Amino acid sequence: MKLPLWFHRLGSPPTFYAFAARLQPWCYGLAAALAVYGLYAGLVLAPPDYQQGDSFRIIYVHVPAAWMSMAVFVFMAVAAFVALVWRMKLAETLVLTAAPTGAAFTLITLVTGSIWGRPMWGTWWDWDPRLTSELVLFFLYLGVIALAQAFEDRRAGRRAACLLALVGVVNVPVVHFAVTWWNSLHQGPTVRMFGESSIHPSMLWPLLAMAVASKLYFAGSLFARTRVALLEQEAGSAWVRRELEARGHV
Amino acid sequence: MRALFALLLRDLRLASRRRFDLLQPLFFALLVCLLVALAVGPEPALLARLAPAVNWIALLLALLLALDTLFRPDAEDGSLEQMMVAPAPLPVLAVARVTAFWATAALPLILAAPLFAVMLRLPATDLPLLMLTQLLATPTLAWIGAICAALTVHAGRGGALLALLLLPLAVPVLILAVGTLDAGRQGLPVLPPLLLLGAGLVAACSAGPFVCAAALRLGLR
Repeated sequence: MKLPLWFHRLGSPPTFYAFAARLQPWCYGLAAALAVYGLYAGLVLAPPDYQQGDSFRIIYVHVPAAWMSMAVFVFMAVAAFVALVWRMKLAETLVLTAAPTGAAFTLITLVTGSIWGRPMWGTWWDWDPRLTSELVLFFLYLGVIALAQAFEDRRAGRRAACLLALVGVVNVPVVHFAVTWWNSLHQGPTVRMFGESSIHPSMLWPLLAMAVASKLYFAGSLFARTRVALLEQEAGSAWVRRELEARGHV
Repeated sequence: MRALFALLLRDLRLASRRRFDLLQPLFFALLVCLLVALAVGPEPALLARLAPAVNWIALLLALLLALDTLFRPDAEDGSLEQMMVAPAPLPVLAVARVTAFWATAALPLILAAPLFAVMLRLPATDLPLLMLTQLLATPTLAWIGAICAALTVHAGRGGALLALLLLPLAVPVLILAVGTLDAGRQGLPVLPPLLLLGAGLVAACSAGPFVCAAALRLGLR
């Protein structure tokens, strides 16, 4: 399989910087538009749930954040694999710039889940498999971030964090299946990729809109954070100087 | 193979010359048990209920404490670099080092399990199962810990960072090990969780040396 040339060029920091700068406003803009639709349709238009009443509406924040908390870690692991196998510097940077966003999504999932659990289950926290594995995932994110920051040599820190992300992604399903040993309060999945979802379309569409919005927001914030990180890492190189001169910062 | 035994013998000999260091994880684990017993009170039924969990957590924390010295002294005096440039493959040397670590840090804790059992009023019938889970699970923990220690060896700070990396990764092992004892108490079959622990052992012992070697090499400049 032959990849087009522009794809290979994306591995070089100045090309990626320009590419990210072009896509970033689109990601943010589309994410905002979808989030406005999703939140309005979800919080106002969708009918109340027959069992949970209006409190089910937190699903429009909780579920997309939960999906993203896992998707971001998988993204980090793929980038870490690329970074360690092909020694691509940009991939190392992507692992580290994705981590805080992923940790934030995980924290949002935990907090909204806790707020949802209070009226539904009558408790803020339960040692349920999903809650527990989400909490462990949160600590894995923190570990990746802390490990990268513990090194004086920034490059060595990023590479160590990459390896930890890979070890962590192997561990996440193991943690999940290990904690399934306990009984679960958490409801089963209601949205399925294939076949009939057990959720009404008027509730489903806003949820999907929010899911896509959270992905686009992640992409936008990833681009923004990576651009800053690239400027910092490549400080002193010719293209950074040109970029800063063009903006009148030098 | 010769390098493996040479390094293993060297590590064991070094450990045998520093006998007090050898006992430190044990004392630490005993102190954890003491603190828990003081904190929850001396009620035998409650202690017996908590005993496997307390013993396991004491063991995990003692291993964590011992892990900090797995690679750090060698990195400081330069012998870790020598090991990396040595003709023997690095994963083999990692096997030797982790085996020595397991024999000097984990094995005394497992052998001390009867002592913990008496202190914590663990029923004598549970003791063989507890020691079996420890025997099966500590090599897995040693490998996970070795990977984390290798990652943090060149980082400025050890200690808390190592705990932050290791403890989330140790969650499945802990759950399975304590779950085995719970299953045993409730009369459920204990073989499935033991087999899972064994599977973890096989996976850790086969993948661990290579991941650990890769983690050590990351620090080499």
